[in-house]
Amino acid sequence: MSDIPVSKAFADTERETEADRFGMWIFLATEAMLFGAILLGYFILRLKYHDAFAAGSSQLSLPLATANTAILLTSSFAMAIGAETARSGALRCAHRALWATALLGAAFLAVKAYEYHDDWDKGLLPALGVFHYTGPNAGEMALFLNFYLASTALHATHLLIGILMVAFLALPSRLPTPRRARRIESVGLYWHFVDIVWVFLFPLLYLVQR
Amino acid sequence: MSGIALHPLSASTAAPGFDLLFLALLGFSTIVGLALLSMIIIWGVRYRKGSLADRSAPQSENNLLEFATIGVLFAVAFGLFGWGAWLFLGRDHVPAGAIHIAGTAKQWMWQFEHDNGEKELNVLHVPVNRPVVVDLVSQDVIHSMFVPAFRVKQDVVPGLTTRLWFEATQTGSFDLFCAQYCGTQHSEMRGQIVVMSEADFGKWLSTRATGKTLAQQGADLFRSLGCSGCHDNSPTIRAPDLRGVYGHPVALASRTTVLADDQYLRDSILQPQKQIAAGYDPIMPSFDGLIAPDDLEKLVAYLESLSPAATSGGQP
Amino acid sequence: MTVAAPDRSTYFAEGAGLRSWLLTTDHKRVAWLYLVSLTFFFFIGGAAATLMRIELVTPQGDLLTDDAYNRLFTIHGIVMVWFFLVPSIPATLGNFLLPLMLGAKDVAFPRLNLASWYVFVFGSLFTLYAIIAGGVDTGWTFYAPLSTVYANGHVSMAAAGVFIVGFSTIMTGINFIVTTHKLRAPGQTWFRLPIFVWTLYATSLVMVLATPVLAATLLLIVLDRLFGIGIFDPAKGGDPLLFQNLFWFYSHPAVYIMILPGMGVVSEVIPCFARRPLFGYKLVAYSSIGIAVFGFLVWGHHMFVSGQSTYAGVVFSFLSFCVAIPSAIKVFNWAMTLRKGQISFETPMLYALGFVGLFAMGGFAGLFLAALGIDVDLHDTYFVIAHFHYIMVGGMVTAYMAGLHFWWPKLTGRLYSEILGKIAAGLAFLGFNLTFFPQFVLGWLGMPRRYHTYPPEFQVWNVLSSAGAVVLALAYLLPLCYLGWSLFRGARAPGNPWGATGLEWRTTSPPPEDNFAIPPVVTGPPYAYAPDVTE
Repeated sequence: MSDIPVSKAFADTERETEADRFGMWIFLATEAMLFGAILLGYFILRLKYHDAFAAGSSQLSLPLATANTAILLTSSFAMAIGAETARSGALRCAHRALWATALLGAAFLAVKAYEYHDDWDKGLLPALGVFHYTGPNAGEMALFLNFYLASTALHATHLLIGILMVAFLALPSRLPTPRRARRIESVGLYWHFVDIVWVFLFPLLYLVQR
Repeated sequence: MSGIALHPLSASTAAPGFDLLFLALLGFSTIVGLALLSMIIIWGVRYRKGSLADRSAPQSENNLLEFATIGVLFAVAFGLFGWGAWLFLGRDHVPAGAIHIAGTAKQWMWQFEHDNGEKELNVLHVPVNRPVVVDLVSQDVIHSMFVPAFRVKQDVVPGLTTRLWFEATQTGSFDLFCAQYCGTQHSEMRGQIVVMSEADFGKWLSTRATGKTLAQQGADLFRSLGCSGCHDNSPTIRAPDLRGVYGHPVALASRTTVLADDQYLRDSILQPQKQIAAGYDPIMPSFDGLIAPDDLEKLVAYLESLSPAATSGGQP
Repeated sequence: MTVAAPDRSTYFAEGAGLRSWLLTTDHKRVAWLYLVSLTFFFFIGGAAATLMRIELVTPQGDLLTDDAYNRLFTIHGIVMVWFFLVPSIPATLGNFLLPLMLGAKDVAFPRLNLASWYVFVFGSLFTLYAIIAGGVDTGWTFYAPLSTVYANGHVSMAAAGVFIVGFSTIMTGINFIVTTHKLRAPGQTWFRLPIFVWTLYATSLVMVLATPVLAATLLLIVLDRLFGIGIFDPAKGGDPLLFQNLFWFYSHPAVYIMILPGMGVVSEVIPCFARRPLFGYKLVAYSSIGIAVFGFLVWGHHMFVSGQSTYAGVVFSFLSFCVAIPSAIKVFNWAMTLRKGQISFETPMLYALGFVGLFAMGGFAGLFLAALGIDVDLHDTYFVIAHFHYIMVGGMVTAYMAGLHFWWPKLTGRLYSEILGKIAAGLAFLGFNLTFFPQFVLGWLGMPRRYHTYPPEFQVWNVLSSAGAVVLALAYLLPLCYLGWSLFRGARAPGNPWGATGLEWRTTSPPPEDNFAIPPVVTGPPYAYAPDVTE
């Protein structure tokens, strides 16, 4: 199976694979800084308004979010299988794993959409104009709910991009297997990162004082 | 005040300390800068291509020299850091016997209120040789109170109360600038700090030597702009009586109730159609563009004075 | 790759049509795409500045309305910072030279490289449209709540455009880091790399780590403005100082993105024209990384009077003095490189020496501002403007000119008129100082920033500054003319017209598409210059 480097800069694919992997890790570092900055803002305001943020957190749907956490962790497992089987050449198995990953990601988004709909009905989305809470510290709770919407929407956007990439990789392709395996591995790293972001968001948003 | 400015005025207790450190930094920069310039020029000439200077035993590395030079330079520099930090810490220590001023910044003017309730717009009268503390709030965006002659500056941040203090050492009138970009008329958000002798200041404060209080000036405007034509028991037009309005709830035609605060009063003058009082026709004309911002403040001050139960003073 | 006869064709010969340029993955052509775009934006930003300086000739606001002036300084800041300074040397000279200096055929991700240019063009034109069509008058610093609640105009669009351009920066950074790690020639250990590579590497580290924070901040601004999420709005419980902390956490490292590559250029030019190895090479390499690291620790020095705690101010002031140390090491070493050399004063060297002096002056001004007690008076005055223009224009743009003139033969295969080059360099030095030195005086006298009307006693200094701006504008138009002319009529350049070391000089001018006919091998340290005792 011939496998030549994509970029003429590289003499062999081994070097290029290292470069691809390294590049993806650096990209993930930039994503960590992006989410880190937003979470930092969240932290500062949470320290200031702890009670209002705790009250806001208790309004969110913990069951739905727990379900989503399980779905996303499973999808990462599927993705890992996909990357490993692709590397060892078992392409059919890899395909199935990739489709499973994409489907589980889509399931996450579906549950999230349902959750947003539920939040809308309960009046928990002040940024979009619906806010029914009339208790104390309403303004600060609105701040919490806005953060919730902004950060989960940003995460969902990243997840959607991931799903599209995974689905694209699962399509039939004429690329040589090693090159496909490399791409799957890179996308896999991205997928795991998006999962880790959720692992941070979940307790920070849903588990305040539970 | 025209002519050419060649050096800033030095009119506060903080200014000499600042000027001394500035001079020290200038001296440090000049000496090191000249040394650097000499290296470049002297070697540039001596070692120009084709010259007969001695080029034996050149060095491309000398860590000892490097660390020694940088070390000495930065020992001095860190001394300057310490000095600057020490001056800065002085901002937190207000001397005893200070008079208090409540300062409000808004787009695009300054309002200062003295202890006795006296308000000034874009001018602040203070006595010489007495510490003055200004507590600063903003009604909208971030502004910054800057008086170059006193070497003081403090950002005014909405949602916070910040503080600035100074002690003037000369009488006279000194420029006040807004030093944080705050929108369209940032360049025009200026004023004067007028420093008077203790005696003159006392006289000024008690008799308001500049003329009428804000509320009195507002009363004049109320008549000259025609407000009293409708609001003061007019036989032909039915308009709400404005006595006792400020600080109390107002029933609106939209079947809600609103508290008549500063903003309500201003909106009623500039956008009267926004909130119609219940039981009245929406026929009041808008004065948007017809009243200067400081005249608007005087009208508001007058209207506030018509409610003796309410406290004076603007929104936080 | 089999060894063949040396390839005589250059990278220009591989295609001349528009498609061959717009769909290229050759790093050398991508560099040219950037060069053209950046030159365009430089003159847009310059035009805005020219109009501002004309207005400032008189104390009254008689040429422009308040809003027009505010929009102009916003355009000037956004365009110059994000669409010129940040990409300038890395995307043009860096793109062209990094693979050559490493002995490689291209960067690690050539298609990503081209994509970064498209993202840049899309984002920057989008922002330009937003600014011109609707006007943005928040300043390039977008302070909240002015930008989120009170400002009119296309703030969200402009912020979105800058957000997009940020991706271009990140892509370039990733490309450069991976290229430097994975594509060095045989024998090229880290301490045999030219300083230009070290500074590009340090710049790229800052690019990838700081830019995402800007992205997050701009995103929050747009969300606050469009949906009222309230994070920076005190009326809703938000914190305006949070914006400043997030913004400056990016924007201070950003200034090191802007200056580090310039330091790299100067580190190549001075040894070449002094015919001496760079003095203290290892320390200069370490200090490049040091600047990148320390640059992340000092952002609070933009906020000494903002309402930030006094204690925080003391810490940031201390760290700001520390960050001056690696820069001082470099300046000292550049000067020491001249000693016992065989110095000649071609155009690149004139610009490089100008850099050393002007950067040093800007650096001293930085010490003034880092000193807490002094900053209280000088913050947000023309002193700050003078400081950063000495660094960015006197430093960075001068270094860009130095690099452009130094590597012009390599990029184009042509030589430019040396006389015109020297005249432009001298004119730039004079025009620059006339423009910006009076601004130090103005700041000391108390003239605030972003003012288009001012007390009449400040006028004479403003007039001097505006006169200088005219000279400076001429000085920057001149190279546009004679460099452009040289593309068609310049003398052909040999492979190594300056007798410089560095792998890029071991190939033809301009290089062939694959850069080297025979891939080079590195056997010794960089800057292997030795002075000739007799010439």
